[in-house]
Amino acid sequence: MRSVSFAAWLAVIIAAGPVMADNTRESTPKRGGTLTYMIPADAPPSLDLHREATYALVHAVAPFYSVLMRVNPENPADTTQFVCDLCTSIPTPTEGGKTYTFKIRTDVKFQDGSPLTAADVAASWHEIIFPRAGVLSARANWYSVVDSVAAPDATTVVFKLKFATSTFLPSLADPYAAIYPKATLDKDPHWFEQHVMGSGPFRFVAYDIGQDIKGERNPDYYHKGLPYLDGFVGIFAEKQVVRVEAIHSGRAAMEFRGLPPSAINDLNRELGDKIKVQTSDWNCGNLITPNERRKPFDDVRVRKALLLAVDQWGGAPALSKIANVHTVGGIVFPGSPLAATKDELQRMAGFWPDIEKSRAEARRLLKEAGQENLHVELLNRNVDQPYKYVGTWLVDQWSKIGVTATQRVVPTGPWFAAMRGGDFDVVVEANCNSVVNPVLDTQKYLPHDVFVENYGGYSDPEEVDIYNKMLRETDFTRLRALMRQYETRIVDTEAREFPMLWWYREIPERSYVHGWKIGPSHYINQDLSDIWLDQGPNG
Amino acid sequence: MYQYVAKRVLLVIPTLVGAAALVFILMRLIPGDICVVRLGSGGGSFDPRAVDLCHAELGLNRPLTVQFLDFVWGFFRFDFGISMWSGKPVSQEILARVPISLEIALMATVIAILIAVPLGTISALKQNTWIDVVVRTLAIGGIATPSFWLGIISILFVLNISNAITGTPWMPPIDYVPIWRDPLRNLSMAFLPAITVGYRYAAVSMRMTRSSMLEVLREDYIRTARAKGLIEKIVINRHALKNALLPVVTVIGIEFAFLIGGLVVTEQVFNLNGIGRLFVQAVQNQDYTLTQALVMLTVAIFVFSNLIVDLMYAWLDPRIRFA
Repeated sequence: MRSVSFAAWLAVIIAAGPVMADNTRESTPKRGGTLTYMIPADAPPSLDLHREATYALVHAVAPFYSVLMRVNPENPADTTQFVCDLCTSIPTPTEGGKTYTFKIRTDVKFQDGSPLTAADVAASWHEIIFPRAGVLSARANWYSVVDSVAAPDATTVVFKLKFATSTFLPSLADPYAAIYPKATLDKDPHWFEQHVMGSGPFRFVAYDIGQDIKGERNPDYYHKGLPYLDGFVGIFAEKQVVRVEAIHSGRAAMEFRGLPPSAINDLNRELGDKIKVQTSDWNCGNLITPNERRKPFDDVRVRKALLLAVDQWGGAPALSKIANVHTVGGIVFPGSPLAATKDELQRMAGFWPDIEKSRAEARRLLKEAGQENLHVELLNRNVDQPYKYVGTWLVDQWSKIGVTATQRVVPTGPWFAAMRGGDFDVVVEANCNSVVNPVLDTQKYLPHDVFVENYGGYSDPEEVDIYNKMLRETDFTRLRALMRQYETRIVDTEAREFPMLWWYREIPERSYVHGWKIGPSHYINQDLSDIWLDQGPNG
Repeated sequence: MYQYVAKRVLLVIPTLVGAAALVFILMRLIPGDICVVRLGSGGGSFDPRAVDLCHAELGLNRPLTVQFLDFVWGFFRFDFGISMWSGKPVSQEILARVPISLEIALMATVIAILIAVPLGTISALKQNTWIDVVVRTLAIGGIATPSFWLGIISILFVLNISNAITGTPWMPPIDYVPIWRDPLRNLSMAFLPAITVGYRYAAVSMRMTRSSMLEVLREDYIRTARAKGLIEKIVINRHALKNALLPVVTVIGIEFAFLIGGLVVTEQVFNLNGIGRLFVQAVQNQDYTLTQALVMLTVAIFVFSNLIVDLMYAWLDPRIRFA
């Protein structure tokens, strides 16, 4: 097979972006109106995107900020399309893939009227990658490959990497990477925790603590003609019943995270053609982690038996009717070119097409390991969708090979405490990411001694070695081959982690809402600039 | 009287300190870590160095004794510090939520009194008649029905009825507007939760009014009043009801205090940004400072509402002396 350079492959995709965008445009957008939408969470801890990790913050403040580059808002479903926001073009790396030089737009202003320059972009990224003492940056470890970031002049930002990697460009499209004014950052990097000062499509109007956030159209927005809306109101509501009824009654037009099938069915039944639903595979999935510090889960035969007992192909159609899960996949998001094909998947334990054969092998392995009467306590998080559904399904699946399983369902805090303290047999956890960036997304599978938030309690130098090769590989074909090796080792050979069905986003929107396109993550495409209303309570 | 009040106020201090110690210890016994919840609950990977920094920022790496002394010292200065979750002053977090909780509590109390006192009295006066049976059924229904369930049902009921009548489903607003800014919007948001909460509240008070009235109506002084030839209205209103209301006032006082911070699920069902919802969030997020402050606030409300109830006894029953 002919090798394709990852950068060249990405460049082709980026160039194709606008063409695809034109094909997907619905009709002529109308100006005006206020979009009211539900934010399906309690209020975020602070307003600082660099610092926080909750989607609630992205849903609340992304419309106020600009980013250097982003997932193509016209086609966010494509996991490889990235477009500029503040940059003028996506650069081809130089110096062997180690230097990225971005030219920055000159027509951008912050809400206070001050111009946005390359110095602001570099300062913001510097704070994200190399936070000063006492400043918290939630995702600094994503950028450990970056050696320096600088603004040699008012329109240029240069990132220098320690080595060439395919992970860098997608990681720059992180929706949390808001650009803040350098002057404010220099004066007080904590200022953004309680205040908003951006240059995005909307200007900050008000934030009622714990209740709602309001924005109004930014007349100086640099993407000409955008945004279409006069303003927006985002209302925080953690309870699903409130969100569903708010959309039902027209109090809100939509929400952006995703509702379970039963709620979508209810809305469809009640509202008929007054509602539309966009769906997508989700870059989130549950994974099952056995605790290898505990016997008998240190025995690969026992772990593999548990994996082989699960009928993912048979379970997916049924489970997807009641829970927000859908697609069978490996450790890489199914929509990515780096994901395993069905054929590749079916060669791995846990994905065999013949479930009877798979379960027979599971029983044999348990017998061989002397664990025919195995009892498993499954630690789970007290979150309905889809944790508890997946957990309950697993208990049933394991019973098919004679394993007795019980669930211990605990709130988020104790769930983390039990995982971090190693107080579990097997745990239902999740790997949920924003921009699809398979190599970074799969670092969750690295052993604890390399990736602290892996709770399997194993050590595997060979796995780490494959990962390090992946991290430095820029040729797509070779990268894909390495990803298969990595996945096979984790799932099939060692059965260290069991990827479960990938989650599924179903986004309801009132039929008067147009322009927003679903992507594989609830973190991306949230600046609301493309949304327009053609009627409705505020339209 | 003044001595009694002073004694009661002084008793408040050890009560609050005891509650402070209890909540401080209990919060730290719950397994979990606010920083991990904050950075990891979305399911994504996060930088472990950020967790350490977060601990340092929140002062969680200090010895527990230092943290406790800091809390108690702040408490005596009425300074509850900064919310560990939001970084905002705790007082600001609480004050932002007080208006809606207070409004619902007051409205529910008015609804409860308006329903409970007349119906409870009538029920007692018409003991063992069909009226009594209906009132008691209503009361038992109110006690047995969880407010949050009633809340959900009432929302669905309003949605379906409005849809059937106007062709457009309607539900109360879900974003709070102060009553002085938009009274109509405010009241249309508050009436449904006030009714659902007020119904349960009324049910408890109604049963108390009935049983208290039944007891009082059998007292000698009621018989004497009737023997003197007083008209029934005066016997009931001036002699019976006033005395029967003593335990009812106690119940109303305790219920009111409960409503300020206790509408945990009802506030979530109606998306009310109140104290109850804040309480749940604070505990879920393991926000020690905010939870501690909210517990102390609730304790203070209970203590002071009981104090007010005790003082009202004097007005209702002249036999009570504060010696």
